[in-house]
Amino acid sequence: MNKLELNEDKVLEVRFVGDDDVLNHILDREGESLKNGSATVGGNKVYSFQNRKHPEKMAKLASELAKTPRKNVSYSLKNDPEIMTDIPQCSKGHSPSDEVQLKNNDKSEFISTTRVLRKRLIAPRNHSDSESEYSASNSEDDEEVAQEFEEDTNKAILSPKTQAQNRVVSAPVYKATPSKKMKRDKTSDLVEEYFEAHSSSKVLTSDRTLQKLKKAKLDQQTLRNLLSKVSPSFSAELKQLNQQYEQLFHKWMLQLHLGFNIVLYGLGSKRDLLERFRATMLQDSIHIVINGFFPGISVKSILNSITEEVLDHMGTFRNILDQLDWIINKFKEDSSLELFLLIHNLDSQMLRGDKSQQIIAQLSSLRNIYLIASIDHLNAPLMWDHVKQSLYNWLWYETTTYSPYTEETSYENSLLVKQSGSLPLSSLTHVSRSLTPNARGIFRLLIKYQLDNQDNPSYLGLSFQDFYQQCREAFLVNSDLTLRAQLTEFRDHKLIRTKKGTDGVEYLFIPIDNGTLSEFLEKEEEES
Amino acid sequence: MATSSVSKGCFVFKPNFKKRKISVPIEEYFNEGKNESEDSKLRFETYQVIWQQMKSETEKMQEELNKNLFDSLIKFLQKSHSGFQKNSRDWGCQIKLREIPTAALILGVNVTDHEFTFRSLTEAIQNNVTPYVVKLQARDCPDIKHFLQKLFSQLMDCHVDVESKEEEKDIQKKTHCSMDSLSSWYMNVTQKTDQGKPRKKRTSSQWQSPPVVLILKDMESFTTKVLQDFIIISSQHLHEFPLILIFGIATSPVIIHRLLPHAVSSLLCIEIFQSLSCKEHLTTVIDKLLLTTQFPFNLSEKVLQILTSIFLYYDFSIQNFIKGLQLSLLEHFYSQPLSVLCCNLPEAKRRINFLSDNQCENIRRLPSFRRYVEKQATEKQVALLTNERFLKEETQSLLESLHVYHTNYFLVLRCLHQFTSSLPKYPLGRQIRELYCTCLEKNIWDSEEYASALQLLRMLAKDELMTILQKCFSVLNSSSEKQLGSTAKRIEELLAQLQSLDAEVKEEEDASGSQSKGLQKTDLYHLQKSLLEMKELRRTGKKQTKFEVLREKVVNFIDSLVREYLLPPETQPLYEAVYFTAAHTLHEHLNAAPRLALHTALNNPYYYLKNEVLKSEEGCIPNVAPDICIAYKLHLECSRLINLVDWSEAFATVVTAAEKTDANSVTSEERNDIIHARFIRAVSELELLGFVKPTKRKTDHVARLTWGGC
Repeated sequence: MNKLELNEDKVLEVRFVGDDDVLNHILDREGESLKNGSATVGGNKVYSFQNRKHPEKMAKLASELAKTPRKNVSYSLKNDPEIMTDIPQCSKGHSPSDEVQLKNNDKSEFISTTRVLRKRLIAPRNHSDSESEYSASNSEDDEEVAQEFEEDTNKAILSPKTQAQNRVVSAPVYKATPSKKMKRDKTSDLVEEYFEAHSSSKVLTSDRTLQKLKKAKLDQQTLRNLLSKVSPSFSAELKQLNQQYEQLFHKWMLQLHLGFNIVLYGLGSKRDLLERFRATMLQDSIHIVINGFFPGISVKSILNSITEEVLDHMGTFRNILDQLDWIINKFKEDSSLELFLLIHNLDSQMLRGDKSQQIIAQLSSLRNIYLIASIDHLNAPLMWDHVKQSLYNWLWYETTTYSPYTEETSYENSLLVKQSGSLPLSSLTHVSRSLTPNARGIFRLLIKYQLDNQDNPSYLGLSFQDFYQQCREAFLVNSDLTLRAQLTEFRDHKLIRTKKGTDGVEYLFIPIDNGTLSEFLEKEEEES
Repeated sequence: MATSSVSKGCFVFKPNFKKRKISVPIEEYFNEGKNESEDSKLRFETYQVIWQQMKSETEKMQEELNKNLFDSLIKFLQKSHSGFQKNSRDWGCQIKLREIPTAALILGVNVTDHEFTFRSLTEAIQNNVTPYVVKLQARDCPDIKHFLQKLFSQLMDCHVDVESKEEEKDIQKKTHCSMDSLSSWYMNVTQKTDQGKPRKKRTSSQWQSPPVVLILKDMESFTTKVLQDFIIISSQHLHEFPLILIFGIATSPVIIHRLLPHAVSSLLCIEIFQSLSCKEHLTTVIDKLLLTTQFPFNLSEKVLQILTSIFLYYDFSIQNFIKGLQLSLLEHFYSQPLSVLCCNLPEAKRRINFLSDNQCENIRRLPSFRRYVEKQATEKQVALLTNERFLKEETQSLLESLHVYHTNYFLVLRCLHQFTSSLPKYPLGRQIRELYCTCLEKNIWDSEEYASALQLLRMLAKDELMTILQKCFSVLNSSSEKQLGSTAKRIEELLAQLQSLDAEVKEEEDASGSQSKGLQKTDLYHLQKSLLEMKELRRTGKKQTKFEVLREKVVNFIDSLVREYLLPPETQPLYEAVYFTAAHTLHEHLNAAPRLALHTALNNPYYYLKNEVLKSEEGCIPNVAPDICIAYKLHLECSRLINLVDWSEAFATVVTAAEKTDANSVTSEERNDIIHARFIRAVSELELLGFVKPTKRKTDHVARLTWGGC
């Protein structure tokens, strides 16, 4: 289906509904499981496995959701041609070639690559048979074709689209799962289903990548700017929720003082809530706020801030356990000492390790250390065994706030967020300023070499010998010893890493992404 | 000062010194932030008093329960030590004696309770056997070096010798900890005591060289290597360093042989000690804390049910059970203004006199009190509702009767338990806590189980019946209060009657014995016939023996007791003041379900936001829902991998449809960008929550991490 064909709004509307209908029709027998998937009680969903999902279901659900009461999708489509092209594309249309195919509407006219040949095998079938035929694809034959097709799907999901009707997209995929599966559905052998879904190494998803979209990755700043334009919805209700939680502040203080520790869970960032707690209750007491989501956080840094800043101890410790012992003794000796620990995201990447949890738990078990923490990860409670739980002595409080995890996700190497690299860049310039001109030259040589090779996938790094040669030629060093001495300095700053190649040769490379490096070079050149 | 930064994750806030000194007393938190602050100070004090009492009671009880175990352990320690003592001068003999005496202490899976056991064990050993007790945990000893270091430093601490402490600290720092240095230190110390320092006489009067007891708290989690090395090394030094090991084992003694190869385990001389099972422990705790009038505080059926099921299905931990008890106590005093009356009877009566008008209103508002008032005569009703003085007097008498009710309740409950605990299949439960739960919940005599229990009771043999009655008698006599004095007397009478039956019964037995003899001689036909006759006879005549009559009497008697005294607490006026009923808060705070909460929030935002717009039929989600809910809902439709492009377009479809009306103001380009940004946010939030993670298997895909709805 493509927009060329649809010059009438009406046509689109009819099509769209038809699409759903047919999809439903095709999935007739799966209908039962479909309902299972989307219409059961919450509890069931939590504890049961679900059926293998259909790759195109998401698009389907999206269109369904879009059509939910009060907002009529057909209406919106009429008004906005932009979306009109969007929706169909999301469920089917992929490339211009598709459109071409659709235009001819005749399959046998295709260029005959092996791939298309195979397609042709299916195509006549698709064409000649009625749609009900697809849903009843029980014959061996059919299955074989489907299997063949499946091998091909990664390259071409499009073949069914050769038929003018887009809805067939799903049919072959559906067939690819053997009909036996249907029986299993009935017996609801959930475990089997789970393993079946995980047995095949292939997953059927479309091949489209973000690069084809213009708006692929945004950097953190633009993302923030864009989001700031969104007016938050349900603010009244959220405010009420928050007020409800704020009323608990006094109770929390009481319970903290009575030897319990408090953990907050539930959807939404609990950072603001804890901040308010801090502002209202903790102004007159010593407290430490720990951002668990900060990527550089570690138990060591927590303990250090306790020993150095709270207890004003200047000495050092042999290891973390000694430090912990020291702190524990200190707190046991001086009962007037009180310390509140506020940990945002106790379950973060950096703190969820067994050792870290053990240490935090031991701290929290002290009488005069009060811990109030938040957890967000789905499986966070798995961090704690019975021993740790009894050390923590948790009281659980549900605080679902629905507030966005702005701060928590801002550090994260998020999927779609482009790393601006401003931090590594600044540190790079900083370090390079402190270097001798020769050393800077050496480093620049390596950067250039790395940038020249950035398109070479088998690029390992610059071998030491070659590097030495180049440096010599540029009059930067006079012996390999001097070069090595220079390299140690880079290595200390983590600017260079070495790898042993298969031939035993040392390869050098810079563990910083190329974008940052080229930016750095540009800056350097500007300055000089 | 802001608490977010790109360069650090810990922010210390230290108020200036002066400010810090004004610390808020805890009571402040108790009454602040609440409208009803009636008698809050008094309530908080009562809470603390009761909690302290309960705590000390449990501790005392735990010590008593552990007493047997500790006694046998200490005997073992002394015995193994005496061997060493005898041979201490005889080196040749000593070298042969390479086996380290070892006690394997099987403590059960409730690891959280072990800490307390070890603490009191250490105390007991220090008092009775040796000052040198060292407790080590696996997490402190990743390798043998740390192991020895810990051992060394703890031994130093045991040896409390003020003058030499400093110097020893230095030694500890200087010397590399090895077994040699340990044994030389030991020689040093024991010789010092030999020379006679009266301070140390407590133990060394008996033994010149007290043994060193090393307790490994969690033997299973030690690294095998560390254990093996340590055992081998110390067995070499056993002649100069009298070591005794105590292994704390949570699973089964087999673990020793699994962890240690034969060569090593043969160096140990193991004796196994079994601690009391945690279920018995729980029974005692409930018995001492709940089934008693010593503490005015009581739990409702649901609360007790929750606490016991957390215990039985989650952790077997007494400590957690106590924690639950503490929390319910706190919640009760925190939320119920009338909990001020939850104290011992004389004190409560005194407090009633000082009740404020508000509190009187609170009393009148109690459902149980309202029911009570409705049953009274009209003029009394008026007086109760208007006259504060009269109300207070009435409350006093009601409290008194509540107290009497409880005294009787527990006694009768125990009697009933004596009867039902020995029945086949335990229709009313084997443990008294099950019986208690049923009685709290409803009128027990209405339940089927009770009927079947009575039926079974009617079939008891005489000797069983007598032992049960005897036990009941002692139960009733055990209480100091004489509320049920007549009942005890009655039971005594019944017992006497049963005893006097003895002679008659014997005669009957003889008769029936001869009868059966006669039957044996007849053939099959006659046998059947006579059996039929007998059956007929029994059905029509049904002449009961005297014993049967008496048995019936006993059963009826106990039944009447139950009906009279085991009324559920809801029937008692003012029960709210002493029963904690908010089971759901307890469940929420102790046994939370974070996954469920997440799922509900994502799947059904109406549950939290209560906005009519969000209301929808089950399983669907309106398109105006928060972004993350929509993204979540869409991702549920995918299998293991999710294509981000598809996802984002599906998301855009939904969101655009929702936004249609107010979107005309902004250009479409910008709107698309915003939607994309919202999608990015939703996805990264889902990533934070652990629903998806980036994958390298296919470009621009994420892997789904959950299977099933959540």
